Amino acid sequence: MTRLLTLLLAAVLLFPVSARAQEAVAEFGTGATRLNVRSTTDIGIVRPVIDRFIDLNPDLSIRYEQWGSNALFANSRAACAGDGPVADVVLSSAVQQMVWLVNAACAHRYRSALTAALPGPRIWRDELWGITAEPAVIVYNKRLLDSAQVPRSRFALLDAMRNRPDMLRNRIATYDIAESGLGYLFAFSDSLEATTFGAMLEGFARVDAIATCCSAEIIQGVARGRFLIAYNVLGSYVATARAPEIGVILPEDYTLILSRAFMIPRGARHSAGAERFLDYLLSPEARPTLIQSGLVTVLDPLETGLLPSARRAISLSPALLVALDKHRRQGLFALWDDAFRPVGGP
Amino acid sequence: MAEPRAPQSLTARVLLAVLLILMLGGLLVAGSTWWNGRLAARQSYDRLLLGAASDIAESIRIQAGQPLVDLPVSAFQLLAQAPDDRIFYQVRDATGRFITGLDETTAIDAPRGADSAYFEAALNGEPARFVRVTRRFAERDYSGQIVVLVGQTLHARRAMTRTLMADALLPMAIAGLALVLMSGFVVRSALRPLEALSRNLMQRDPYDLTPMRTDRLPRELQGTIAAMNRFMARLDRQVDAMRNLISDTAHQLRTPVAAIRVQAETALDDRETRARSLERLLARTRSLGTLLDQLLSRAMVIHRTDSAPRLPVDLREVALEIVERRDHEVLAPGVEVRLKIGDLPVMVTADPFSLQEAARNLLGNALRHGQAPVSIGAERRGDRAVLWVRDGGPGPDKAVAERLGSRFNRDASSAEGNVGLGLSIVHSVAAAFGGHVEMTRHNDGFEAALILPASPTEGPE
Repeated sequence: MTRLLTLLLAAVLLFPVSARAQEAVAEFGTGATRLNVRSTTDIGIVRPVIDRFIDLNPDLSIRYEQWGSNALFANSRAACAGDGPVADVVLSSAVQQMVWLVNAACAHRYRSALTAALPGPRIWRDELWGITAEPAVIVYNKRLLDSAQVPRSRFALLDAMRNRPDMLRNRIATYDIAESGLGYLFAFSDSLEATTFGAMLEGFARVDAIATCCSAEIIQGVARGRFLIAYNVLGSYVATARAPEIGVILPEDYTLILSRAFMIPRGARHSAGAERFLDYLLSPEARPTLIQSGLVTVLDPLETGLLPSARRAISLSPALLVALDKHRRQGLFALWDDAFRPVGGP
Repeated sequence: MAEPRAPQSLTARVLLAVLLILMLGGLLVAGSTWWNGRLAARQSYDRLLLGAASDIAESIRIQAGQPLVDLPVSAFQLLAQAPDDRIFYQVRDATGRFITGLDETTAIDAPRGADSAYFEAALNGEPARFVRVTRRFAERDYSGQIVVLVGQTLHARRAMTRTLMADALLPMAIAGLALVLMSGFVVRSALRPLEALSRNLMQRDPYDLTPMRTDRLPRELQGTIAAMNRFMARLDRQVDAMRNLISDTAHQLRTPVAAIRVQAETALDDRETRARSLERLLARTRSLGTLLDQLLSRAMVIHRTDSAPRLPVDLREVALEIVERRDHEVLAPGVEVRLKIGDLPVMVTADPFSLQEAARNLLGNALRHGQAPVSIGAERRGDRAVLWVRDGGPGPDKAVAERLGSRFNRDASSAEGNVGLGLSIVHSVAAAFGGHVEMTRHNDGFEAALILPASPTEGPE
């Protein structure tokens, strides 16, 4: 009992946003078996995929809850510890949190021909599966930034911030890592990937970059010209925004590729239905829908100019546990806070 | 257990034994392979665990009097060498205060008294192995030790044990299979002569008592077959003897019985010569009695030569007993029989009764057909022991002498007696004990002798 209380206390202290719970809820289908899906993915993006799934499986219906990643993590942790209802599916872009949950024995094991066909970085322990393939991109406003000025790599962005700080001041945006588990994941991956990370933070500090929440907000800001450039935005959101003013860059030095993690919590009431949902998402049939929704980006080297060696998939492995380490977080937050002093300006 | 079961095949029995031995060996080998594989897996993954823990311990530094863990990704990449295993790590100071770790609330119960850095405990309900690494600090603003605990579940270890075991056991299983096949082949080929023998015996005509061939049989079977052949030969002889006896008896009895009938008819018809006829009838009947005696004696002799135990016999005693029984006084009253024996024993190995019968018949012949003086004696001539009977007569005709010994030897001159059957008994006895009969004419008479191989002199000497 005391353990449970400690856990709750820790959850509340570590994730103050957990109290906010889900952001939006949508119901799909009228089938008798109702799957409870908790996800960080925007309902708008995922809707066509689920509609198709329900069409094919009329006996199932889905209650889709959209959560913030940290809130979802806290909720899943509590559910795993026996506190609160267990979801049937948890789908999160903050994969480090999902790895933590699987490592803490919170997941249900499942194996099928489709899961077995997944490449190593997209499956862990037969309990966690990477569903999507979404690059972390740099977006810019095509109208305000001519093509010569567009930074095609982090080095170019660094140079731009060094050389034209006035032009970019207050007009670069990125995720707030404290608010967004996904933003933290990207920042953490950057810190591992290259020494440019320190220089980037320094550059952000110099131009008073804005750290803010939520993909939609950032993309809208770029589209309206509030921001010139946004760094480390999830490509899928750009694809669905369908804003003609927005240009997308896959950084040429390296491009992080995220695979949203799908987990069936241990003790899920409709684990069989969840397994069917998983198999559907991995099936060749769902692939066109996923591509259309931007959840799977086909990175054709001919089209994007991105070398295969520059692709960095964030693999589902226990190494991601480092991202959640207390000291590691503190260190990263300290650096971050140095760069993004209290947000000024409108 | 007690209920009768179908006889088990020798091949199956041997193969079963071989199979049991192989299985036992296989079990032992599998056990030892499993043990070794487990040890190897444990050692290699323990090293990974220790490497990760050391990495983490190495990354601890003291900042503003507080330990700070700059958790290295490399440590986790080491642990990810076991890709499907859950991980646990925790850093605490000497007082047990939580510094950092996966989850502050998860407590690992280290077994008490575990001195070694490694121990096994449950991690989220799954068995796992842990290592404890301690780092000591002696800084200006921090002093004491910090304990790093790293753990990992056992999937990869088990998988490695299984792989090692399979790699070792598969060739052995194949070898075992080959051994079973080979031993099956060997056992079958070794037992093939036995099968052939058994088949041969089954197919054999029950009246066929000829010996079986032993030349192509293995040594182990030679003895059995030789014994069987001996047994069959004896059976053969006995059957033969029986057959001869019956036909002899019928043959021998036919003439006397016919004669008796004629005599009786004559006596019935002719009153004048009745007394004479009755006298002849009596003589005939007496003769018939003698004949029956002889037939019986011969049957006895033939039976005994095969079945009675062979004992050392002194031929002098045989001669002496014949004389002492005084049968000859009934047969030929008034004729004196002399006994001629020496001081030395004349030993043979034979059946005493058969020798008695032979001697009696020799003497009877001499008394019936020979002339006085009649003498009986025994002596050693070189390596031969001789029991002889002599008389003063010329002996039988040459033609008769040549036919002597065969079973049906009766002619007119010997109507009253029966030299043929008597001699045939002597012959049988001689043949049974590896000897023969000799008839020799001397200047002063005729000698009939039963000659046997002498046994090495022993007994009273």
